[in-house]
Amino acid sequence: MEPEKQKALLEILEQDARTTPEQVASMLGVDIEQVQRTIQQMESAGVIRRYKTVIDWDRFGEERVFAFIDVKVSPAREVGFDDVAERIYRFPQVHAVYLVSGDHDLRVIVSGRTMKEVAAFVAERLAPLDRVQATYTQFVLKRYKEDGEVYAETEPDRRLVMAP
Amino acid sequence: MKPLSQAVTSVPPSGIRRFFDVAAQLEDCISLGVGEPDFVTPWHIREAAIWAIEKGFTTYTSNYGLFTLRQRIAAHLKARYGVDYSPESEMLITVGVSEGLDISMRALLNPGDEVIFFEPSYVSYAPCVLFAGGKPVPVPTDYRLGFQPDVQRLREAITARTKAILLCYPNNPTGAVATRAVLEEIVRIAIEHDLYVITDEIYDRLVYDAEHTCIASLPGAAERTILLGGFSKSYAMTGWRIGYACAPAQIIEMMMKVHQYTMLCAPIAAQKAAEEALEHGEPEVERMRREYDRRRRLIVERLNEIGLECVPPQGAFYVFPSIRCTGLRSEEFTEQLLWEERVAVVPGNVFGSSGEGHVRLSYATSLPKIEEALHRIERFVSKRRR
Ligand SMILES: Cc1ncc(COP(=O)(O)O)c(C=O)c1O
Repeated sequence: MEPEKQKALLEILEQDARTTPEQVASMLGVDIEQVQRTIQQMESAGVIRRYKTVIDWDRFGEERVFAFIDVKVSPAREVGFDDVAERIYRFPQVHAVYLVSGDHDLRVIVSGRTMKEVAAFVAERLAPLDRVQATYTQFVLKRYKEDGEVYAETEPDRRLVMAP
Repeated sequence: MKPLSQAVTSVPPSGIRRFFDVAAQLEDCISLGVGEPDFVTPWHIREAAIWAIEKGFTTYTSNYGLFTLRQRIAAHLKARYGVDYSPESEMLITVGVSEGLDISMRALLNPGDEVIFFEPSYVSYAPCVLFAGGKPVPVPTDYRLGFQPDVQRLREAITARTKAILLCYPNNPTGAVATRAVLEEIVRIAIEHDLYVITDEIYDRLVYDAEHTCIASLPGAAERTILLGGFSKSYAMTGWRIGYACAPAQIIEMMMKVHQYTMLCAPIAAQKAAEEALEHGEPEVERMRREYDRRRRLIVERLNEIGLECVPPQGAFYVFPSIRCTGLRSEEFTEQLLWEERVAVVPGNVFGSSGEGHVRLSYATSLPKIEEALHRIERFVSKRRR
């Protein structure tokens, strides 16, 4: 498949992973086998990492607490920050870890059921790690938009039902 | 009381009114009957308009429209199509292409002058000609020829009273895009018979697997052409009511006279929004176009499977399949589909008699809705297929 169409295929699946190979094939004007083959290639190359569902847990009635934790780390020869980042991201409570520019070195996003739980994680697991010099925790109060998804009521279709 | 205007009385009421009223009341009705984008105006454009209102851009503008907007449109048209229009004297900002159509007719026509256009056609053309005292002369196009303008029939329709040819490519309702060769032939005919050309190119940015030819860019065309363009479809700005007309200075001067005394100017906030659209809107235009294109391929393939044959449309956001396999007339099909399956489409005959035997489906609707509507249409057609 041409790179242009491969990109379009990825965009379609990124928007809705449940789009069937048949649908993708007709949208791109290629045959189904080609679509299936490309998807397999992308999966084994690790371009497609996995298929997820975007869930609004608040709406389901389950509370989840998120916090951004900026971490100051003293770098080590040869590994820089990688080893510390790795020790952090292995905890399942850790949602994301980034190396960032600015005052701090790592930005960690941690989730838990309660603020207490998150606070305990920071105090007992993160802060005591070797070479972690300081942590600054900010709790998320409200999530407006995440990964391109807006968490507000969807706007109604305001168009007239028929127009020339 | 005394009778009302004959010109207005002679125009029949809109053919979709009846279906509109039903569709608006049915719950769970999926509408493929909408002639406007399902996207809202891109945020950067809305945001620029909010800023303009905050800053006090709340006044009239020049009758011609903001000079900076005209400059941007001129540059845009030059870059895309190689046409040269002077922002000082050859351009007018209109209240949508709708107004552009109206004032074109009023600027060109004397009582009884004939305007030829190809059918099926956008519903406003015949009424605009009639309101201006002219005589609409529809020329049918053929489904089997992809609704391309039929040059032979065009020649046959020309009389001593013919004043202008009105074109619309990409086309509403058929989605046809006229080939360059056909447009060149039309320009030759216009020159030969000394006719004006009015070209409604509102869908110019929505073409797929084809290239849009701006007829004004063809040799000898610009001096007799009124080019109408807009923001409604390409930038999803239908509610802003903004468009433009480009033509030789003498024609613009005439159109300006009507515009000046009937409209004064287009809304300034919409003009500021249009500037932003031209300046930074390109990625969004392309994003929407790509999305329409995917839906188009899907809907064409499914309709052909279902038995509602269609030639793949190359522009706009409509498919205009034949419903012959059901043996129904357009209005019967539309009415029964609406009541039975709660899917709204537009009967082809409202676009002129050569639209009979077809319906118009708009794919300016989200994919899941299109899928569901096609599922319902399939069930409907399978009960009737002969
Ligand atoms: C072919 C055609 N011309 C003109 C218009 C009206 O455009 P505007 O919103 O610029 O008045 C439409 C809208 O449906 C159309 O389909």
